[in-house]
Amino acid sequence: MVPLSYYLVLSGILFACGVTGFLIKRNIITIFMSIELMLNGVNLSFVAFAAHWHALAGQVFVFFVMVVAAAEAAVGLAIIIAVYRTRETLNVDQVNLLKL
Amino acid sequence: MTSSLNLWLIPSLPLAGAAINGFLGKKSSRTAVSTIGLVFSGAAFAWALSVVVRFSSFGLPYQEYVAHWIRSGTFSVDFALYLDQLSLVMLLVVTGVGFLIHIYSVGYMWDDPGYYRFFAYLNLFMFFMLTLVLANNYLMMFIGWEGVGLASYLLIGFWFTKDSAASAGKKAFIVNRIGDFGFLIGIFLLIQHFGSLNFAQVFEKVAPYAPENTGAGFLTAIGILLMVGACGKSAQIPLYVWLPDAMEGPTPVSALIHAATMVTAGVYMVARSHLIFERAPQALMVVAIIGTLTALFAATIGIAQTDIKKVLAYSTVSQLGYMFMACGVGAFSAGIFHLMTHAFFKGLLFLAAGSVIHAVGGEQDMRKMGGLRPYIPVTFATMGIATLAIAGIPPLAGFWSKDEILWKAYQTSPVYWLIGVVTAFITSFYMFRLMYMTFSGDYRGAKVDDHGHSSHSHDGHGDPHESPMVMLVPLMILAALSLFGGLVGVGNTFEHFLAPVFGAGEVAETGGRGVEFLLMGVSIGVAGLGWFLAYLLYSKRPELPQKIADGLGGFYQAVLNKYYVDELYAKLFVKPLIDASTTILWQGIDRKVIDDTVNKAADGARHASDEVRHMQSGNLRSYAGWIAAGSAVVIAYMIWLGVGR
Repeated sequence: MVPLSYYLVLSGILFACGVTGFLIKRNIITIFMSIELMLNGVNLSFVAFAAHWHALAGQVFVFFVMVVAAAEAAVGLAIIIAVYRTRETLNVDQVNLLKL
Repeated sequence: MTSSLNLWLIPSLPLAGAAINGFLGKKSSRTAVSTIGLVFSGAAFAWALSVVVRFSSFGLPYQEYVAHWIRSGTFSVDFALYLDQLSLVMLLVVTGVGFLIHIYSVGYMWDDPGYYRFFAYLNLFMFFMLTLVLANNYLMMFIGWEGVGLASYLLIGFWFTKDSAASAGKKAFIVNRIGDFGFLIGIFLLIQHFGSLNFAQVFEKVAPYAPENTGAGFLTAIGILLMVGACGKSAQIPLYVWLPDAMEGPTPVSALIHAATMVTAGVYMVARSHLIFERAPQALMVVAIIGTLTALFAATIGIAQTDIKKVLAYSTVSQLGYMFMACGVGAFSAGIFHLMTHAFFKGLLFLAAGSVIHAVGGEQDMRKMGGLRPYIPVTFATMGIATLAIAGIPPLAGFWSKDEILWKAYQTSPVYWLIGVVTAFITSFYMFRLMYMTFSGDYRGAKVDDHGHSSHSHDGHGDPHESPMVMLVPLMILAALSLFGGLVGVGNTFEHFLAPVFGAGEVAETGGRGVEFLLMGVSIGVAGLGWFLAYLLYSKRPELPQKIADGLGGFYQAVLNKYYVDELYAKLFVKPLIDASTTILWQGIDRKVIDDTVNKAADGARHASDEVRHMQSGNLRSYAGWIAAGSAVVIAYMIWLGVGR
């Protein structure tokens, strides 16, 4: 059986990749995908713990996260399309009207 | 006959007058203002007279409850009034002399732009003084005590655009505060030991105590603290310095507040507390010594003064010293007797001095007067009567009361008597000096037209002129009182009248009638001697005083400069206080500690904000970076702690 720590390390790597992508990428779609990567990194650790402790709560959480992520993807992609139609760019550095 | 004397009306009437004049007087005519001022103070006098007529059908002391004030556990203080023979005498003096001075002020202040203000203050003073006199407990007395101080401050600084008047008002107020502090502590001690401030209750509880002959107890402490209060209000050593400066106020004020009534409040308070003082012989001795020293000390200063009102001011201090001397030797009724006659003749002296000042167009320096007798005969006559009265020439008022005091003082200790007689001699000398410098010889002043008028505008003629009737009538009435007022003391009538308050035979009669007549002869003799000396120096040989002054050299300078007491106080108390306040409190604590703390805190907040502000860039990714970095720090910390292991 694969030890718990392997799952956790992989989960950490996935999360770190997501954070890094979020921080350094300028394309809004890529940023969006990085967020999904972080969520899935967390999901992995949830199911790993759930299996390890034989507790179903972790798996229930994962379902919640997936539902929220799906809803978020729907709303987020709609916003991205609206932004692209008005600004004709997907570069977040050029969509900074709220910045001082 | 009603079942109540309605004493509350007496203080309330002047208060109503003060309110009406104070709020509405600015737009009213002078006639309306003076009518209101006179009607309300006159009504108070009339009511006091009606009380005199009716009081015998009420048992004295008569108490009248007006309203609740303080209720705290078993301790309570009410607004309530107290009438006995002592407050009756004070009541008549305050309302009577006060009313006369109100009349006089109508003439004296007529041309002043602050006319309505003057009458409002004067009526306010009457209210507080009557509260003081009629109070049935120490706390209400204290209200009146503070109130007269306030009225005195307002009236001394009446011409507040004059710098000297404004500072004189402040000086009077501050010096009085020192005394009031003592009085207040005395009141606290009374509460602590007797749980009450009501006169009747306190005196009932004091009565069983034996005199504190051996060692000083709390009664001595209370007595001395009350005396500190009296020293402030009644201008005794060491707090007398405010009274001469108070002469900056209008002359009717000097007459009413700083001669006849307010300054006697201390004597009244000591006399009212006589049961406490009688059980504290050491406090009583302090009273006697302070009174005796003040009498002599102030009288000697009076010799060299050239300002007519300053002479009278030091004379007042000196006469108040007599009253305290009387209280100090246990002769409270003699003190109150002198208080009454003094109110007559000193009030008259001040009013007459005001008339003189009026006549010569605002000049107060006696060196610029002289020869005024033919110009102002009525003023001369009345002032002459007052001078004879204060000098102690029989059968005028001052003779009876002063002689009573000296006789009682002699029975306690001939030393008091001796100093008293020397003071009587000096009093007689400086008073007749004042008379000769003012009224005899040639007129030394410029014609009225030639010099600036301080407060009056005069109609035309340059010679000194007599005052209007409205000022002369009060002079005449007071002159009559100074002439005959002392007769109530003949055969100890006055003492017997006050006996229910002070107890009969307060001083054991030692020595025979013969000694009493001998002493009487001595005091008449020294009064005559003082008169003769003044005549010799200031009428017959006017060049002599200067020679004597030159001969005395330094001593004369010291007396002329009031023994440099003001300068001494300035060096000892005022300057160190101002220096300490400036360097330690203002520059040290206020500027360096309080201001700097606030400023530094504000500066620090601003600098910190300037730095932290850069975090709020609005750049989403930098926020995410901060979150990631923060999380990393927290996780690293938890790993270092070993959470979960």
